[in-house]
Amino acid sequence: MSIDLKAVEDTARDLYIRALKILPTDIKQGLVRLKTSETNERAQGILTTMMKNVEVAEANDNLLCQDTGIPIYNVCIGRGVEVDGADLRDAIIKGCERATLEHPLRSSIVHPLTRFNEQTSCGIKVPVVNFDFTGEDGELVIEMIPKGSGSENGSFLKMCIPAEGINGVKTFVIDKVLQAGGMVCPPTIVGVGVGGTSDLCMHLAKVAATRELGSVCSDPEGAKLEQELAQAVNSLGIGPQGLGGDSTAFAVHVETAATHITMNPVAVNIQCNSARRARATFKGNCIEIGF
Amino acid sequence: MTHHVLKTPVTEEQVRSLPVGDQVTLQDTLYGIRDATQIHMFDRGRKTKFDLKGHALIHTAPNVRKVEPSDAAPAGYESICVGTTTSMRMERFTRPLIEDYGARIIIGKGGLGEDSRRAFQDLGGVYLAIVGGAAALETTWIDSIEDVDMDDLYPESLWKFKINDFGPLLVAMDSHGGNLYQTVSENSAERRAAALASMGVSGGVGS
Repeated sequence: MSIDLKAVEDTARDLYIRALKILPTDIKQGLVRLKTSETNERAQGILTTMMKNVEVAEANDNLLCQDTGIPIYNVCIGRGVEVDGADLRDAIIKGCERATLEHPLRSSIVHPLTRFNEQTSCGIKVPVVNFDFTGEDGELVIEMIPKGSGSENGSFLKMCIPAEGINGVKTFVIDKVLQAGGMVCPPTIVGVGVGGTSDLCMHLAKVAATRELGSVCSDPEGAKLEQELAQAVNSLGIGPQGLGGDSTAFAVHVETAATHITMNPVAVNIQCNSARRARATFKGNCIEIGF
Repeated sequence: MTHHVLKTPVTEEQVRSLPVGDQVTLQDTLYGIRDATQIHMFDRGRKTKFDLKGHALIHTAPNVRKVEPSDAAPAGYESICVGTTTSMRMERFTRPLIEDYGARIIIGKGGLGEDSRRAFQDLGGVYLAIVGGAAALETTWIDSIEDVDMDDLYPESLWKFKINDFGPLLVAMDSHGGNLYQTVSENSAERRAAALASMGVSGGVGS
């Protein structure tokens, strides 16, 4: 299967705008679930406002949140897909820039040293474009994530040592959720990376934070940790917006990787309540759009 | 819990009458400020042309569209999506905003820290919490962008919004030392040991 790069560019543009406007179904359901189980009256009110916002955004064809985020594109290339990698990346970057200029969107991206904003949502190595591969035949998937900065600032890494064991990992997660408090716009998805190298560990935390609600870590040990941590996090009473309540997190997601005998790294990356994603699947002559 | 409707600018007496837990809806004028705006105002000596005395300032950098100036868009900007950012990054600017410019109300999400709590108490000010992420809804409370200053910092310009029924907002920090975030945070810290114990971690592991 060969890929039409003009279609990729248009799709990269459309995915950014779609992600900013339409909250994925699993997150909408997550809000309903939290509202149902919430016992704090103020927290219920805040969750109701969040649900109303989702309706207003769709009714007015508007952005859910003002933060257009750091644009991230996760590309997954299946077997037998014929495409020039460099051209594919350029088409995605062009689509991201076009979304910003054509909608228009607030460009939230600046040079890290001069703070200069090119007003294109692009800059050095941004949008972030990650490439991965799958065994699926003739399929190219592009996932777009506008990662909000309030929750991205809730990112933490600790190179725990083996002697600290799993208890060091659990303690780190709880302490970072406490530290982040209301600043990361709860209810959140707490993404936890365990293992790997320092950079892989941080990446795993991001993969975990942006995973669909209801999905479970493919490593059974990680899946067990998800359950334990979710209960513990939601017993802290931080609540929506850090103003108290039961609904601190939709979920805790864990991703694992093998690590070195001397290492025990743990990373936390948090996703705010505006947990936005959009996805396009190129298959044959069709482009399927979803979450 | 009382719901107050306030037209800006407000007096010190008015903000001192707002206790934590009450609700506020604002009318008339609202100013938008952000990280870069305040870095330029307080670290680089820039002055704004606006008189912020008694006014409400929201931590924002909106999505806007440039248009021909008209009655509906006097500053040549139409608002697309106006939301609120995390306040804590701008903690050190609360006191000078009140002291140097006479601002009385800060609107944001996630709360401010101890220096701001003291500034609100010493000088007369409040922090009103808005629901973060609910920007599509918030945008419906904005009538127009009346004016803009320091626009070379766009989108982190200093924005003057004409507002209509902006709220309800929650008084989360008041001018009597009340800080709802601190109350919640202290309560959460007390639950830390039990949360860890529920996962089989007894005390003593520090991070």
